[in-house]
Amino acid sequence: MTALRQALKLPWIWSFIGAVAVWLATIAHTGGQGAGEIVTAALSFGCFTVIVGTGQMLVVTTGPGNVDLSIPATITLCGTVAMKIMDEQNGMIAIGIVAAFGAGAIVGVLNYALIRFLRIPPIIATLAMSFLVQSTAIAYNRGIRIKPPGLVDAFTTGDTAGIPWIAVLTALFSVAIWVLVSRSYYGRAISAIGQNARAAWLANIPVERFRLLTYVGSALMSAACGILLSGFSGGPALDMGAEYLLGSIAVVVIGGTSVAGGRASVPGIWGAALFMFLLVNMLNTFGASAGIRLILTGVIIIAVIAIAGGEEQR
Amino acid sequence: MTFMTRERLRQALPAITLAILLAAIYVKQPLALKPFGLNLMLQYSVPVALATLAQMFVIAVNDLDLSVGPFVGLVTCIAGMFLADQPLVGWGLLLLAIAAYVAIGALVHLRHLPSIVVTLGMSFVWLGISVLLFPAPGGTDPGWLRGLMGLHVPVVPFPIVAAVVIAVVVELGLMHSSYGAVLRGSGGNPRAVARAGWSLLKIKMVMYGLAGTFGVLSGLALLGLSSAADAHIADRYTLYSIAGVILGGGEFIGGRVSPWGAVLGAITLMLAGSYLTFLKISSDWQIGAQGAILIIVLALRALIARRESR
Repeated sequence: MTALRQALKLPWIWSFIGAVAVWLATIAHTGGQGAGEIVTAALSFGCFTVIVGTGQMLVVTTGPGNVDLSIPATITLCGTVAMKIMDEQNGMIAIGIVAAFGAGAIVGVLNYALIRFLRIPPIIATLAMSFLVQSTAIAYNRGIRIKPPGLVDAFTTGDTAGIPWIAVLTALFSVAIWVLVSRSYYGRAISAIGQNARAAWLANIPVERFRLLTYVGSALMSAACGILLSGFSGGPALDMGAEYLLGSIAVVVIGGTSVAGGRASVPGIWGAALFMFLLVNMLNTFGASAGIRLILTGVIIIAVIAIAGGEEQR
Repeated sequence: MTFMTRERLRQALPAITLAILLAAIYVKQPLALKPFGLNLMLQYSVPVALATLAQMFVIAVNDLDLSVGPFVGLVTCIAGMFLADQPLVGWGLLLLAIAAYVAIGALVHLRHLPSIVVTLGMSFVWLGISVLLFPAPGGTDPGWLRGLMGLHVPVVPFPIVAAVVIAVVVELGLMHSSYGAVLRGSGGNPRAVARAGWSLLKIKMVMYGLAGTFGVLSGLALLGLSSAADAHIADRYTLYSIAGVILGGGEFIGGRVSPWGAVLGAITLMLAGSYLTFLKISSDWQIGAQGAILIIVLALRALIARRESR
């Protein structure tokens, strides 16, 4: 019993409970039909949210007011860059991936440079940056849908016994980030910065270098998401990143990461991403209209954060 | 430098930005600055300016409203469905929408919630209701609304008249009244305002209520111009409104906002789009140019601030 009570105290456990509850409700409605397929779909679609959600989580952890609003535009730009350079040839995959990550890194550095040198809040900096990035993507893409190379297509849509390969890849990535956040100097440093940047600076933590790393890291994760999503959905589209603005912030909040900064939760990102997908899936199965789905998504996000409550302002 | 202090320079920056943009347009296309051209270029700046002011009220109390765009879209849907035939129902629903904004303000304050998450959630709620009302664009605007927005004033184009009236009203209420000072003060130093006996809860509710009211006005103005209701008609307004407040000299923290600056900022953003068309730059770069203007203005402000601290 005490083990159970301990587990319920973990900030991220609730997102998994929610995900399982929603899944059970769905298969109860369908009479057990398609239970496995739903899990496979949730793992595939969940990956993209997990990847960008992880980047958003690192940014949010560095303190109040830190949010990366350039994620959707970066996903679109990097997905487009990757597919355009790969040009449907398997031989060009490596170069395309490098170019996409390069574009992502530039966005991350510019985001940080705006915050640091113009001394503007991260929300405004990343918002202004997202305008530029989105425009670049539009001008570069020219509305043509380029198909991914065969190998990319096969990898992003492949699965073994119902477990998508991209889910395995993303899981490995999450484990690495979990270790990084909970065991490394970097992880403890960004938590310290998020709790009190001045105290962290006085403790000789290289605050600015870690902030730079965090914004670049977030942009690189958006790039990874852009590549995989372009492969998965048969080519980049100009609005492909749009849903990940809310998605990335929502999984951070629902997953138990402190929005005031200073506390990250990697497993919660997974629980929340699966929960969000399964919720929409459940509403679809119940035959709810698009309007109802939107309303319930919004209400649930607000309800979760209202129940969890924010921290007292320091 | 005696007559142009840095503080004054900072305050004048929105007007200077707009003047430079107007000069650039004049060089490229002198006819555009005739009343007819101005009317065309500026008509949509009225709803954008109103949405920008809505955002400004929220920013003044150190919050951010990411749901302005979908909310304005919802207002066009409610007004487009009810105002012409069942005005009482329509006005009732619009009042309810403002009440919802007041409630959001209270929720944010009482539970210490980050406003961006709550308003991002609300943006889905607004969009959902709009889609339920109008799955596809449609509806009718009441004739008086179209008449008001198409009003012809002699000599000066109507959008300029409307912008000046709006700016003056908000400027007087927020910047030159005693309760306005308290409202702004709560963004600068909430604790001091609370200790002086003012209710922070009430202030948040008033400011969010004002934001909702101006969101409703923005939606009505937009419906009068476009004469069709559409859930997605104002999706870009969220970004426009934030950019407009910042361009207008508003700051993110500390209750430092400027109503007339916000109106000028909104107009600057709208004109920047037209200017690109005159330069024959593809519309692909339109939002990029707005981002660039935002960055340039912020860079100028950082430069002024740096000299200030020296």
